[in-house]
Amino acid sequence: MIHKFSMNGVNIALDVYSGAVHVIDDIAYEILEANHDVHSFRKDKEEIIEILEGRYTLRQIEDAYGEIRQLIEEGLLFTEDPYSSYLKTWDKQSVIKALCLHIAHDCNLRCKYCFGATGSYKGDRALMSAEVGKKAIDFVIERSGKRRNIEIDFFGGEPLMNFDVVKEIVAYARSKEEQHRKNFRFTLTTNGILLNQEIKEYINDNMDNIVLSLDGTKEVNDRMRVRVNGRGCYDEIVPKFIDMAESRNQDNYYVRGTFTRDNLDFGKDALHLADLGFKQTSIEPVVAPDGTSYEIREEDLPAIFREYEKLAVEYVNRKKQGRGFNFFHFMLDLSQGPCVVKRLSGCGSGHEYVAVTPEGDIYPCHQFVGEPDFKMGDVFSGVFDAEISDKFQATNVYTKEDCKKCWAKFYCSGGCPANAYQLNRDIDKPYWIGCELERKRVECALMIQAALYDENR
Amino acid sequence: MKHIKTLSGATLKKSAATGGCGECQTSCQSACKTSCTVANQKCEK
Repeated sequence: MIHKFSMNGVNIALDVYSGAVHVIDDIAYEILEANHDVHSFRKDKEEIIEILEGRYTLRQIEDAYGEIRQLIEEGLLFTEDPYSSYLKTWDKQSVIKALCLHIAHDCNLRCKYCFGATGSYKGDRALMSAEVGKKAIDFVIERSGKRRNIEIDFFGGEPLMNFDVVKEIVAYARSKEEQHRKNFRFTLTTNGILLNQEIKEYINDNMDNIVLSLDGTKEVNDRMRVRVNGRGCYDEIVPKFIDMAESRNQDNYYVRGTFTRDNLDFGKDALHLADLGFKQTSIEPVVAPDGTSYEIREEDLPAIFREYEKLAVEYVNRKKQGRGFNFFHFMLDLSQGPCVVKRLSGCGSGHEYVAVTPEGDIYPCHQFVGEPDFKMGDVFSGVFDAEISDKFQATNVYTKEDCKKCWAKFYCSGGCPANAYQLNRDIDKPYWIGCELERKRVECALMIQAALYDENR
Repeated sequence: MKHIKTLSGATLKKSAATGGCGECQTSCQSACKTSCTVANQKCEK
C-alpha cells in the first residue's frame, strides 16, 4: 500500500508496509496517480506513456517509470503486508511497565473541558495516600517481569496538591530499584498554580519529564483554564513555566495545551508558546462528547487541516531560520523511530499501562477512570482482571476494521482506545474525527521531514 | 535517481526482526494523554 500527497510544494509517497518515504517530482506523482491503485502497480509503460504524453517528453516519462519500477523491485514501493501473518503467531505476553498514578482527584482549577470532571473523575474529591502509592509501586515491580525501565506518571487533578506524597512515593520506588533491577522514570503533569522554587528544584532533581498545562494566548487559555472563582490562570503560571523550562535547559518537558472548536486557529497558540521561548510544545484536540459547545465537529475539519498545514509551513520556516521549536505531533524520526511491533500493538493501555486512583483502584488508563465496567482490580487485594487486560492486549491495528485500510496505522498504532470507547462504546472502533486529525498531522510531519531533509543530513 | 529522492528506506520492515523488546515508553506518557501517536517516540535499543 502507498499513500501520496502534496503539501507546501512537495510531493511525497509513503510506502506503508516497508516504512520507506520518498519525495517525488510531478511526473512520478502523475504516474502513481494514473495507476489508480494504492495496493499494486499494474500499469505497463505504454499505458502510462499514453496518459502522460504531450505534457512530458518520452524520455522523462520512461525515466520516472523506470525509477518507480526499480523501487518496487527493491521493496520500497507497493510492498505487500508482511505483518498480518506474523501476528497470528504473535504471543506478546505483556507485562505492566507503566503506571498513571492519580495522586490527586482534586484540582485548584476548574477547566471547562476537563475529561476528569475538574479533578473528581465523577467520584469524590480525594488525595492518594502514601500507602496506596507504595502499594502501586509494589504492584508494578511484581507485574513488570524482566522489564527494566518503569514509567510512573503523577497525574490528577493537580498532583502538586499532594506533593509530599509524590516525594514519598519517589523515595520508596528509588529504594527498590537496585534490589529489583528496575529503573524508575517519573513524569509529573501540573497546571503550575502551586509551582515554587523548592518544588521546581525537586522536580528537576527527580523527574525525567514534566508536562506543563497551558493552552496558548492569554485570551484562549483564560477562556477554559480558570480558577474556582472563574479568573483565568495565564498571568500566574506563564512566568513559572518559562522559568521551569529554562531551568531544564529547554529539554525533557512539554508545555501542553488543548484546542477546542472555540479556537480552531490553534496554530497561533502553538506559535505563541514558541514566541514565549518554549522549545517543547504540544497542542491537542479536545476530547469531548457530542453536545458540548466546544467539541470538534465534522464541519470543523477543513479549518483544522488548513491550520495544521499553516503551522507546519511556519514550523519549517522557523527551523530553517535557526529559531525552531518542537511540536509533539510533528516530531518524527524516520530512521530510528519505534519498531513495527510497537507501532501495530497500540498504546499499551490495560495491559502495559494502567491507572491507579487515590483509593488504589486500577483502570486501563487515566481516561477510563470512573467507568465502572473498566475497573480491573486494586493494588491491595492483588486482584487484576485478566479478562479486561486480555481484551486490551488483543486489540491492534489488525483487529480494527477501520485501521486495516488506513495508510497511517503505523504512526498512531490504532488510535486511542479511550477515545474509541467514549465516542463509539467499542475500543476496536476508532474515533473517526481523531483519525482524520492524525492523518493530517502525519502528512504535515512527513512534509516537514522532506523540507528539512538536506539540513538535517 | 532523477525523479525520486528516498528519504528513508525500509526501516519499518527491518524493525520487525529486531523489535519488540518493550523497553520503550508507553505511548501516552510523554505529552499527549488524550490522543495517540507512537511514531514520534524513541526506540530504547
